[in-house]
Amino acid sequence: MHPAIQGLLTIAIGVSACVGYFYLSNQILDKVLFPPRGPNAGRNINRANMIRPWLFLFPALAALGLYLAYPVVETLRLSLTDRVPGGGYTWAGLDNYIQMANEPKFWEAMRNNMLWLIVVPAMSTAFGLLVAQLTDRIRWGNLAKSLIFMPMAISFVGASVIWKLVYDTRPAEQDQIGMLNALYIFFGGTDPQTWLTIPFWNNFFLMIVLVWIQTGFAMVILSAALRGIPEETVEAAVLDGANPFQIFFRIKVPQIKTTILVVWTTITITVLKVFDIVFAMTNGQWETQVLANYMYDKLFRANDWGVGSASAMVIMLLVAPILVWNVRNARKEME
Amino acid sequence: MSELKLTDVAKTYGPVKVLKDINLDIQTGELIVFVGPSGCGKSTLLRMIAGLEKISGGTLEIEGQVMNDVPPAQRGIAMVFQSYALYPHMTVRENMAFALKIAKVPAAEIDAAVKRAAQILQLEPFLDRLPKALSGGQRQRVAIGRAIVRDPKVYLFDEPLSNLDAALRVATRIEIARLKEAMPDSTMIYVTHDQVEAMTLASRIVVLANKGIAQVGTPLELYETPDNEFVAQFIGSPSMNLLPGKITQTGPQTTVQLDGGGVAVSTIPTQPEDQGRSVNVGIRPEDFVLTEDAPVFQGCVDFTEALGEVTLLYFAKEKDDASEAVIAKLPGIQRNLRGQTVSVAAAPEKVHLFSNGQSMRP
Ligand SMILES: Nc1ncnc2c1ncn2[C@@H]1O[C@H](COP(=O)(O)OP(=O)(O)OP(=O)(O)O)[C@@H](O)[C@H]1O
Ligand SMILES: [Mg+2]
Repeated sequence: MHPAIQGLLTIAIGVSACVGYFYLSNQILDKVLFPPRGPNAGRNINRANMIRPWLFLFPALAALGLYLAYPVVETLRLSLTDRVPGGGYTWAGLDNYIQMANEPKFWEAMRNNMLWLIVVPAMSTAFGLLVAQLTDRIRWGNLAKSLIFMPMAISFVGASVIWKLVYDTRPAEQDQIGMLNALYIFFGGTDPQTWLTIPFWNNFFLMIVLVWIQTGFAMVILSAALRGIPEETVEAAVLDGANPFQIFFRIKVPQIKTTILVVWTTITITVLKVFDIVFAMTNGQWETQVLANYMYDKLFRANDWGVGSASAMVIMLLVAPILVWNVRNARKEME
Repeated sequence: MSELKLTDVAKTYGPVKVLKDINLDIQTGELIVFVGPSGCGKSTLLRMIAGLEKISGGTLEIEGQVMNDVPPAQRGIAMVFQSYALYPHMTVRENMAFALKIAKVPAAEIDAAVKRAAQILQLEPFLDRLPKALSGGQRQRVAIGRAIVRDPKVYLFDEPLSNLDAALRVATRIEIARLKEAMPDSTMIYVTHDQVEAMTLASRIVVLANKGIAQVGTPLELYETPDNEFVAQFIGSPSMNLLPGKITQTGPQTTVQLDGGGVAVSTIPTQPEDQGRSVNVGIRPEDFVLTEDAPVFQGCVDFTEALGEVTLLYFAKEKDDASEAVIAKLPGIQRNLRGQTVSVAAAPEKVHLFSNGQSMRP
């Protein structure tokens, strides 16, 4: 069968199964279990209505349980066991965690993750806010916004390939096809640099990729928030004598503070899970390792499921509090 | 002394003319009220004075100084918005202090100014609250306080009470009147839809219509001697009845034979050449009295509204009569008039005459 037809068939079966599930389960509830007839009609209707939300929630709950809750528990179990060659497991206690803590590569990943955590959300949010404010009033602002938003549509790997070309290095006697080296030579640099191998700084070259992608996201959300600020408060500030900077920082930014926080924490979570960019550009060499790529290395290259799972747990522990905070902020914003 | 002077002020949005030929001279200490139908440009005019809209033509002077291109903050004005426009992230105190902080006024002075304004407006208990923890009336007082703190030469109010409920509106209106009394040297310009606000607060009312000023005058001048049919009908509620007719006798008193059959006499003098001219006779509903002899108007009462202090009579119209129904407002409670044929007349000094929409009053 042609793959396209196969895909369409899958969609058709999936959708009709969903419709069928909701229709049939509601029918059974109303016609068989609690029919609104007979001496208990009123009570039956109430009962049916109490059960109905769960009918609708069940598929989502089941999927979440199977694909989210169960893997968490299983990962936790794996992180506390060792695989015995030839099959089976032995209880390992915290051995995996201790082994991981003794690896310099792990601490390098931790340090880099912290760097990412500080730089990327801050830069993306700041640039996003700046662009949102600057493009608000000008005629070609919407065009600029679309261009800045476009990287959002590119996958992280695609973006990495693009930026790898930007950082590309050719031997000194050839023309540089990497934009950064071309500029470097143009402005008087002698030898083309292999940017991605310069320890410490190469982290920032990788971060730029994510900032490039996430600025569009921050811009869209913050631009909507800026539009939501009542025009009169800005006019009142104009009458009060505030200059554009004061209006921006003392009137506008405080009013969208919760949105800024939500954007910031959302990007933070993305950053903590960052994997594709590092994987595609340096694969953690030259001191650019990050936790997610470290986990991938352990799980699928070294086949060390214990330590891999342990690092997965570390990532989860780091993300969880930010996630909770993010949801809280988002709720506060909805009030 | 002339505080604020508008000369030939105009406003256009691209090809759209919104206001033109606005000439107005406002004295120090006046409370000027702008009224007019929705969309006639009241807010636009106020915002031009504030500097929030560019003035497309003419000049605006404040204390003799041309202000067309002076930034809003340096015009010596303060504005109170209909929607309060409080800064939601600042406490009441910070809201009121903001302008002074921007102007780098010493902290002690700011404190004193805020305290004084809070005292005048009875806002002291709320100084450390955020605006969202205040009622509508309290918010509006903060907005007024924010204006007071800056001690401006001219206060601008754009429908400051229209977001308040009826009772609070009356209370705040009285408060504004009291505030004005306490600051006799400050000039205020006040935009409103509400006739009662206009009549009670204004030292002079500016009626805006048809892109320009229809009439300027004290509330009673506008009520008693409207310059044109628009002002006559705009001021007063229900609006003035206009009855078409022809002048049959001129002189120090004018007699008009109404198309509807009645005869009206007015104290407005006319010249002999006005004989036979088509005019509109204007009579306020409250100026009608029941009469037994020669009526100005006679008609069948379609329905009545008894308000206790007064009773409104709505007269039936001819079938395809496009004009407004004639309304009479009689004092006290009038029973059993519905369905009756009733005759009404008016004292000659209460009868207005309009020719081509303009008053014939010399
Ligand atoms: N940006 C604009 N472009 C074109 N016309 C405009 C613009 N802004 C306002 N207008 C027009 O100017 C006129 C005056 O508006 P304005 O807000 O001053 O009316 P208003 O008298 O305050 O009405 P209301 O009593 O309803 O507040 C309106 O007819 C409006 O359509
Ligand atoms: Mg308005």
